[in-house]
Amino acid sequence: MGALQSLPGRPEYSDLAEKTGFSFEQIGVLHKRFKQLSHNEETLRRDHFNEIHDLAFNPIRAQIIEAFFDRRNFHQDGEGKVQEIGFEEFVVVMSHFRPPSDHMTEEQREKTRREKLRFLFNMHDTDNDGTITLEEYRHVVEELLSRSGTLEKETAKCIADAAMLEVASISVGHMEPDEFYEGITFEHFLKLLDGFEIESRMTIRFLNMDTTTLCK
Amino acid sequence: MAPLRRSSTLRLTGLLCLLFLVFFSRGFASHDVVSEKSSGTIQEDSHSQANSTAHEKTFPVLSFNYEHVRTPFEISLWILLALFMKLGFHIIPTVSHIVPESCLLIFVGLLVGGIIKATGEQPPVLDSSLFFLYLLPPIILDAGYFLPMRSFTENIGTILMFAVVGTLWNVFFIGGMMYAVCQIDAAELAHVDLLSCLLFGSIISAVDPVSVLAVFEEIHINELLHILVFGESLLNDAVTVVLYHLFKEFAHEQTITVTGAILGVISFFVVSLGGVMVGVIYGIVGAFTSRFTSYSRVIEPLFVFLYSYMAYLSAEIFHLSGIMSLIACGVIMRPYVEANISHKSYTTVKYFLKMWSSVSDTLIFIFLGVSTVAGPHTWNWTFVIFTVIFCLVSRVLGVIGLTAFINKFRIVKLTKKDQFIIAYGGLRGAIAFSLGFLLDNGEIKNLFLTAIITVIFFTVFVQGMTIRPLVELLAVKKKKESKESINEEIHTQFLDHLLTGIEDICGHYGHHHWKDKLNRFNKTYVKRWLIAGERSTEPQLISFYNKMELKQAMMMVESGSAAKLPTIVSTVSIRNVQTKGAPKPSRAISKSREEEIRRLLRANLQKTRQRLRSYSRYELLNDALEDNISEARFRKQREMERRMSHYLTVPANRQETPPVRKVFFQPEHKVYTYDDSESPRGWASPSCADDVSELKETPEKPDQSSTPRANRDAELKPKEQDDQGDQLKVSRCLSDPGPNPEDDEDSTFLP
Repeated sequence: MGALQSLPGRPEYSDLAEKTGFSFEQIGVLHKRFKQLSHNEETLRRDHFNEIHDLAFNPIRAQIIEAFFDRRNFHQDGEGKVQEIGFEEFVVVMSHFRPPSDHMTEEQREKTRREKLRFLFNMHDTDNDGTITLEEYRHVVEELLSRSGTLEKETAKCIADAAMLEVASISVGHMEPDEFYEGITFEHFLKLLDGFEIESRMTIRFLNMDTTTLCK
Repeated sequence: MAPLRRSSTLRLTGLLCLLFLVFFSRGFASHDVVSEKSSGTIQEDSHSQANSTAHEKTFPVLSFNYEHVRTPFEISLWILLALFMKLGFHIIPTVSHIVPESCLLIFVGLLVGGIIKATGEQPPVLDSSLFFLYLLPPIILDAGYFLPMRSFTENIGTILMFAVVGTLWNVFFIGGMMYAVCQIDAAELAHVDLLSCLLFGSIISAVDPVSVLAVFEEIHINELLHILVFGESLLNDAVTVVLYHLFKEFAHEQTITVTGAILGVISFFVVSLGGVMVGVIYGIVGAFTSRFTSYSRVIEPLFVFLYSYMAYLSAEIFHLSGIMSLIACGVIMRPYVEANISHKSYTTVKYFLKMWSSVSDTLIFIFLGVSTVAGPHTWNWTFVIFTVIFCLVSRVLGVIGLTAFINKFRIVKLTKKDQFIIAYGGLRGAIAFSLGFLLDNGEIKNLFLTAIITVIFFTVFVQGMTIRPLVELLAVKKKKESKESINEEIHTQFLDHLLTGIEDICGHYGHHHWKDKLNRFNKTYVKRWLIAGERSTEPQLISFYNKMELKQAMMMVESGSAAKLPTIVSTVSIRNVQTKGAPKPSRAISKSREEEIRRLLRANLQKTRQRLRSYSRYELLNDALEDNISEARFRKQREMERRMSHYLTVPANRQETPPVRKVFFQPEHKVYTYDDSESPRGWASPSCADDVSELKETPEKPDQSSTPRANRDAELKPKEQDDQGDQLKVSRCLSDPGPNPEDDEDSTFLP
């Protein structure tokens, strides 16, 4: 607890707390982690993320890191990428993974769902045109399978194609043979993952206690 | 009118059979005395007249010897009875909607018991060793083998809380309160002491997996509640075993010592963890064995059953928790065994387990009914009524209290409705009865047995019958239709990795981190050892995808007619997705690429996991020609499917994409002369015209031509052709020179 008092910028926290819904303790913990990752600098860059040892095994590592530098996730209606982020952006991105609070109205729950699905959508839609095209989806599946050995490109392609068709069938239903399905729009994406219960699945537990010293 | 009459005649027949069976067995019982005497006399005669011939003794052309086959005969009769009843209830729909099957079966048991008693015989009682050794394991193995691991592990904390703490609470509450009741002079129960009450509490508190399964299966409740109640009923076995033995020992000694209590706590950990360890050991050995069973596929299912049964028995030797051992064995063994065994063996395992558990379940309930009629009863109003009341009260209090505590740690909280269902779903069953039966004989035993039976009846009849309307009334979420969606699977995997990554960035080792570590460990070390061949490196997404595609294929083949279409009908085809910017199909493909593809396909293709009426071709290629005829039949069915896929506007994605399926379709197209009039493909796409022309256009190989849907999936087409040729050649080599096209066409053409 003593460590918390020494953290600077308490009034800043209340802004952040209000904006993102984290508690003071949680923001304090995240700040410590931020400092640890950035080696006490003010901003985080991509190479800082690359230093995290555990991430090395993650097949979608690149996409996760990109998501932190994507302006669309900063809730400021921006677009494009940045080269470095400050603590505020870090917390905002993290807030996408907050568990839903106990007393949420249906409306708030829906809003959280949209937010989380928007985050996922942004991760897939790399060229920022508002749709996930077949190429982008293929890339997603390829990355997922990238860790598992030999030539998987063909199968990845088939899987992505099948998935795309499923989306098309669900969202559009009936298409003339010469019509073309552009790509998955955000609305289609919402419809697709309707039964997925993403508001409870896409969460991690943010601790009030600082455990960063216990692990690397 | 006709079906009603039929069903009532069926019922009548069933009843007649029933009576016949009963009288038959009774008749035999009295017959064997006679036959024994007669055989005795014949022997005497032959002795005394050793050398003489042609005495009054004639050679018995037809003799009667029932004793010889008595036991298996009667067992078979009982099982037949159980099966007839099961069949009967499903034929008459009206009753089974209101009353759950378990109630009906107990009722039948009562009836049969009554009949047997009326004829003066002593009806058989549910013998504890029969129950624990033969009737219970199949049900538990079936449950454990098909346990949904994801929801089980996600909720393991909650389940353990309910199983351990909840059961402990129940035991002490019921035991204590019943002792208080026994103190009331009016009840005349002063002879029941505290230890006996606690023993009684330990018997009656455990939620019974058999009853839970029987009732919950029919109400299709959502997965979370199902796994919570069911998981609890499985894991509380350890607690029950320990407490039962503990209190039995204490009741013997008539004292409770502190060391005894401490030893009891230690024993709990030993029993549960020991049971799990025994199961894990057998599971690993079983998985390892299955790696080599490709040499003799027929006995594969037996390994699964025997290893699991041995795990159960081994645990029982040491008084460890047999149920937990069985579950652990099934859970550990399953992923590796499924990757190793053939499709047919998998189907065998699945259906045998279902069959045995179904028969066991039926028999258990019938015997419960019969035992009720049979056993000596000591009915004591106070004791019984209070037992029932306290069981309910303690369950409700326990659930509410525990949920308040657990909800602090859960992300998805348990609502009041959930709590109600969990409390209401705490059914008691045959395990309680059998445990009670194992008590030492005495007046107390009969008293307890009566109370136990009453509680069981109450829970099964009253709670079992009312739970369905209550579920409707409270609008509890039902089990959502599992539409296996490739997108959901992709995103499930994606989320797993994403959350692990975020946890790593956050710097705290949470649930996802450890799960990921376990998966990686599993992939790098364990799978190498326990899974044969190339399957060991197959990623889960690919397995899922292949599984799904083949399931769709089989579904279409089996539905066999336009009437039974899958629900989503859309005209979206792969062209719609890919036309834009798709490069013109290039016919030339390198040999090495083709090799790669073929190897990839063979390596990655998972044997179909769904009902496969014919034999899988891949099976044949790998399993060395099990049945050549079936291969031809399979090809016919593929052709059928292919035709239907054009005829019906089913979601094109199910047929178009996998090169796998295409590979095996195309040859048929050429084998059977294909003309437009045959299959009204006009609906599907105007590209038909193109296709047909292309059919004639490019005879690259003698047997092949370009695939009909050349524009659709550009890159994959050319490879497939070569692939087809080779595959076809291979299959041709392995089998008879293929079916006669004309014959096949006639026999398989769909009306």
